[in-house]
Amino acid sequence: MRVVAAMSGGVDSAVCAARMLEAGHDVVGVHLALAQKASVLRESARGCCTIEDAGDARRVADRLGIPFYVWDLARQFRDEVIDDFVAEYAAGRTPNPCLRCNERIKFHALLDKALALGFDAVATGHYARIVDGPAGRELHRAVDAAKDQSYVLGVLDADQLSRSFFPLGDSTKDEVRAEAASRGFAVARKPDSHDICFIPDGDTLGWLRDRVPGEPGDIVDEAGAVVGRHAGAVGYTVGQRRGLHLSRPAPDGKPRYVESVDVTRNVVVVAPADLLGIRVIEADHVRWCGEPPTGQERFGVQIRAHGAELPATVAVTAGAGGERRLLVTLDEPQRGVAPGQSVVLYAGTRVVGSGTISATAR
Amino acid sequence: MPVYLDHAATTVVYDHVVEAMALQQRRVGNPSSLHSAGRAARRIVEESRERLAATLGARPSEVIFTSGGTEADNLAIAGIFRSRRDEDPRRTRIVASAVEHHAVLDCVEALAARDGATVTWVPSDADGQIRATAVREAIELDPAAVALVTVMWANNEVGTVNDVPAIAEVAHAFGIPFHVDAVQAVGHLPVDMAASGADALSLSGHKVGGPGGTGALVLRRDRPVVPLTYGGGQERQVRSGTIDTAGVLGLSLAVEYAVAHLEVEAVRLARLRDAIITGALALDRGITPGGVWTVGDVSHRLPGNAHLVVPGCEGDSLLYLLDAAGSECSTGSACQAGVPQPSHVLLAMGLDETAARGALRVTCGHTTTPDDVAAFLAALPAAVDRARRAAGTA
Repeated sequence: MRVVAAMSGGVDSAVCAARMLEAGHDVVGVHLALAQKASVLRESARGCCTIEDAGDARRVADRLGIPFYVWDLARQFRDEVIDDFVAEYAAGRTPNPCLRCNERIKFHALLDKALALGFDAVATGHYARIVDGPAGRELHRAVDAAKDQSYVLGVLDADQLSRSFFPLGDSTKDEVRAEAASRGFAVARKPDSHDICFIPDGDTLGWLRDRVPGEPGDIVDEAGAVVGRHAGAVGYTVGQRRGLHLSRPAPDGKPRYVESVDVTRNVVVVAPADLLGIRVIEADHVRWCGEPPTGQERFGVQIRAHGAELPATVAVTAGAGGERRLLVTLDEPQRGVAPGQSVVLYAGTRVVGSGTISATAR
Repeated sequence: MPVYLDHAATTVVYDHVVEAMALQQRRVGNPSSLHSAGRAARRIVEESRERLAATLGARPSEVIFTSGGTEADNLAIAGIFRSRRDEDPRRTRIVASAVEHHAVLDCVEALAARDGATVTWVPSDADGQIRATAVREAIELDPAAVALVTVMWANNEVGTVNDVPAIAEVAHAFGIPFHVDAVQAVGHLPVDMAASGADALSLSGHKVGGPGGTGALVLRRDRPVVPLTYGGGQERQVRSGTIDTAGVLGLSLAVEYAVAHLEVEAVRLARLRDAIITGALALDRGITPGGVWTVGDVSHRLPGNAHLVVPGCEGDSLLYLLDAAGSECSTGSACQAGVPQPSHVLLAMGLDETAARGALRVTCGHTTTPDDVAAFLAALPAAVDRARRAAGTA
């Protein structure tokens, strides 16, 4: 097959490209230019779209002897991912830009361009597995539980999956690094990228404050009493404990967490842990990685990247406008369920689908 | 074997140049040394200088060997700018054409950003040509403030040739030195330093079948420049650094050979070029030639340069598809961190940004055959159609 290997400049995508080539595919390396200023140099080890990263990717492609191109998807990335990220936070939610990027950029804008240019598929260095099942291709967790990235791929539909390769899903990170070293890739010991790629210094709150105008307001407890001040409600995440700087301690001295963010009233509500336990999750923007379930079923659900899998009962319902929604009832209440995050459903290791958390209830 | 049609990027080194250089590489000797090994090397260097000068209508003492066209451009522009400003501090203005190569463009911009230069960009006409009258208008804004005028001989993207003697005459009418970037012209068009009227002329080795990393600035003896590099005082104190004997030998042999065969080769190349352009236009896909083009013309357009504006395409998609089909060519414009930028040349010619992204530069050289052109033309229609689908315009 003719395959685009997305090459960030990191070790995973380097080994991904090498394995695709060795599997006999006709591989072209493509680095996505997503940064708004293409010529920025790496400021830390976090980034994946700096000029140095593009250079690292090119070196690997040259070593493999495959063509290498930089595709400029910076505009689409800004429109689809960064603007959405800002808008979600401005609405008081906590988005996951990686899922958004996979849905709209890597397996949409990139995939579409690749298909239009005559390629058959896109391969990435995500840690997840694609397994041929009775009803078509299935997305499964990676064998390396610590690196498993199936959560951020839970937005891919059957069509996208049929055009995707994840050749690292059967390996551990250590194996991938060792393979990169044995192949002589200079990126073998390059640190992993972390956090959000378009916020290079990792200061999400500071980055958001520059983009979302915020007014100082109150932090109130569950009874409505003012217990602190905030410089702007945007950027607080449900379940957050650190950085609240509450002026009045709780009467019982127990720690308090963000219970909700109300941007219309410009209020952040905090509450003790026992009031944060969420049992019912409503999610919209439902995506199925294959055949959708019918009626009410038992699934494992994951509500944040690298979070634990929780047993739950899930019902698929129709919203007012006819759009599908998920009603997830957790067996055990869970703290820190943040609207805007995705809930990904698992049947064993298989990813069933996902939704974006729109509302929660105790 | 893929078909190589990117000779304006770099071309195949002549066999006799490779052989002469290989022979010289095995000999020891610093041309600045006084012993016999040094003398032998110096003889090679000075013969190379004489060979290059004779080929270009220049005097040997005017030839300053450099590491390439970019260094020659930078030395001329920064060097003349600083020297002229030292002579008269009012001279802070550079008159430069808007369609220059980045070696000129970015040097001028750096002088503006760091050395207090102001710039008057001379607009191009729709063909990419810089008219002497436009240069005159730019100078006349404030002639006493102009440190130098710099305009290229032939455009590296669209192949348009400027009337260099006319531009030199305008500059000289105001007593202003004139630099010409002749990197694309030398070996492809008749270039005579004395007849051109230029005070400084840049050339590069690897564009004419010589080695990479070689070039020269041909600089009139009466034109002082402030050096960019300091050291052993080689090249009349203007360009310090040990001369690469084999390199300058290869450079001079390549330029000599290209110039000796220029007349016949230009006609042959123009035939290939015309076949590319007519073939592309005949595809009925709205392709237009960039720059000035008349069949058989070898004086207004570089003989080997075919430039195609392909509507509805991204140039880099075309490049990939043609590469995959075995034809290697270029968009002609530079990338920024690997990200293709719309050509500043095409924008200066009045194309909009979308159109400027759909450029394809197909350039022939001394190894190009009619079969190469046929293979390219056979691959082009499918590439265009697919690139259009990828851009969502088909």
